[in-house]
Amino acid sequence: MTAQPTERHLQPVPPGDNNDRGGKAQPLLIVQNLQKYFPIRGGVLNRKVAEVKAVDDVSFSVMKGETLGIVGESGCGKSTLARLLMHLMPRDKGTLVFDGDPVDEPHGITLRELRRNMQMVFQDSYSSLNPRLPVVDSIAYGPTVHGVATSEAKIKARGLLEKVGLRPDLFGGRYPHELSGGQKQRVNIARALALDPRMLILDEAVSALDKSVEAQVLNLLGYLKRHLNLTYIFISHDLHVVQYISDRVLVMYLGQVVEIGPVDRIYNAPKHPYTRALLQSALEIDPEHRIETPPLVGDPPNPINPPSGCRFRTRCPYAEAICERETPKLGKAAENPAEHVAACHITNPVAGHSMAGRTLQSLPVEASAPRALAAAL
Amino acid sequence: MADTNNPTPPKRPLVEVRDLNVNFVSREATVRAVNGVSFDVMPGEVLCIIGESGSGKSVTMRSLMQLHPKKRTRITGSMRVGDHDIMALSDKEMNAVRGRVISMVFQEPMTALDPVYTIGDQIAETVMRHEGVSKAAAMERALELMQMVKVPSPERRLKAYPHELSGGLRQRAMMAVALSCRPALLLADEPTTALDATVQIQVLIVLRKLQEQFGMGVIFVTHDLGVAAQIADKVAVMYAGRIIEYGSVKDVLLKPKHPYTLGLMASTVHGQNRDQDIDAIPGSPPDMRFLAPGCSFAPRCKLAQPECLASFPEPNDHGNGHMSRCFRTAATTPAMEMGIA
Repeated sequence: MTAQPTERHLQPVPPGDNNDRGGKAQPLLIVQNLQKYFPIRGGVLNRKVAEVKAVDDVSFSVMKGETLGIVGESGCGKSTLARLLMHLMPRDKGTLVFDGDPVDEPHGITLRELRRNMQMVFQDSYSSLNPRLPVVDSIAYGPTVHGVATSEAKIKARGLLEKVGLRPDLFGGRYPHELSGGQKQRVNIARALALDPRMLILDEAVSALDKSVEAQVLNLLGYLKRHLNLTYIFISHDLHVVQYISDRVLVMYLGQVVEIGPVDRIYNAPKHPYTRALLQSALEIDPEHRIETPPLVGDPPNPINPPSGCRFRTRCPYAEAICERETPKLGKAAENPAEHVAACHITNPVAGHSMAGRTLQSLPVEASAPRALAAAL
Repeated sequence: MADTNNPTPPKRPLVEVRDLNVNFVSREATVRAVNGVSFDVMPGEVLCIIGESGSGKSVTMRSLMQLHPKKRTRITGSMRVGDHDIMALSDKEMNAVRGRVISMVFQEPMTALDPVYTIGDQIAETVMRHEGVSKAAAMERALELMQMVKVPSPERRLKAYPHELSGGLRQRAMMAVALSCRPALLLADEPTTALDATVQIQVLIVLRKLQEQFGMGVIFVTHDLGVAAQIADKVAVMYAGRIIEYGSVKDVLLKPKHPYTLGLMASTVHGQNRDQDIDAIPGSPPDMRFLAPGCSFAPRCKLAQPECLASFPEPNDHGNGHMSRCFRTAATTPAMEMGIA
């Protein structure tokens, strides 16, 4: 193929996005009170006997051009959240607003339009490609479905392959099994970009890669973001990677947002005891500073029957009676993207917690263990 | 590597591996997975083997347990664990060694544990098999082991099936099975990779404590430098089936000498400046079916010279048992000063 389309695609976008509708200050995505409960069926009549509260009343917004990192332990609802945003599964409750337009509502944008604007890259690079299609056809498939002529879509696909660092004449005709993990993930990124989306959801997109390849793909993501005016939602359990790539970070625990804020403020001065424990669990490459006592004990509780009040109280060193009675809220401030807020009674001076109003940094790391134990029992 | 000038009193190593080569043979090609690996593990020492996928770290370890399919594997070299010459053992003799002298913890406990037996039965089975005690005595031992690996409410968990436990508890249960006969050598194949950070650190701390308590030798395979920093005494870095750097954990991770180790540390995200690209190693590891002569890392190495492609470098001694195999060692120090690490 000629190099011409490639050149055209590689040019940095001019300031101001042609697709921008709502203006600079309008968040690209607003999520309000999103909820998803998975029913557990059982018994003779296969009735609902319980439900897993996978995503429970989650609200946040994503600004244009930023990277929002989402962290949390496995089972906290990160991936369910991503699938709800993509409409890969129906939500129970909640509204999504994409650049000022409500999604899948009257007067809003349709699902088809949303999916053109929002694409996703998954963790398992092999299972997200069609094993029976050469990768260039996999990439061209999306545009064809959206009405682009096949020949044109293929030219575009080759341009995209070049953009993600794979030579189209060498790799375009290959099948997924003929590529390494890093190359497959590059193809997946190209596939996600085929519809010129404005937002990419990266669900553990680099987690399965080797470190040297992971670094290459992270650099690629940075390069694409700068040149294509993209907004990322980056889901990962690797706290170092999230710190590197994110502008803001959202911390989830058992289906709820426990803390959200700018990355440096969260990493330097976490407000929620869970965030602090999570960050302390990240291993440093320094054999002289080993962690001798685990920052958190035990596993996360079962999301089928989460603890009352604050869901973290069973593992929290500062849990008190108030934490059992009342659920701490993030509050309205969470809607302001510059704000750093945590859903913890300690951060609320009027909640009635004995340590209320104090910063987490001024509290001892290991508060009274018996109290935590008493709260758990 | 043999520490001939090691100042510590001469003790017999628990594990001695010399010039180990493992080739997987099929009709289409021969995969040269391990090429001339030699190392020692002293009793009570934790050796971490670091490497990317396909570097031969797991293959090396599995050779010590004779876990490779005999028909399709060609192994040469010598391996000794305790008084056992692994290469000379028959299948039957090997069965007596597995679990008793050497035992292993895998990455995915769900596939390593038997789903149709309770945790207690699986621990007790190993104890009964190797020590010939009664079921009741074995169950008592199982309970003790579950307490040692810090499983909460162990009595209840003994009667649980693997699917009823969380990932962290399953991994602890597998450790209990592996430790049930107090092995002299524990092989751990990325046991914490699938776990969350908060659970991973708990398991690592338990493993470290038990290792000190039992005086076990441990060979721990990981791709995560942070895990190695947390648990290792010695570190061996593998690339393309060879150990390219070896030394104490502080020497290797704080004063790395080989360009690959340096590159791996630079590629590992740990608080780099957000405005700059990560200093990634270009390219990808070589195809182990068509391994070229010379240093396998040379095609990706910034410091490579024509000589690097001609032959494989001999070990350079950096003192204190710290070894690297590179022709360009003199050039790596300036590269470090430029900020690779």
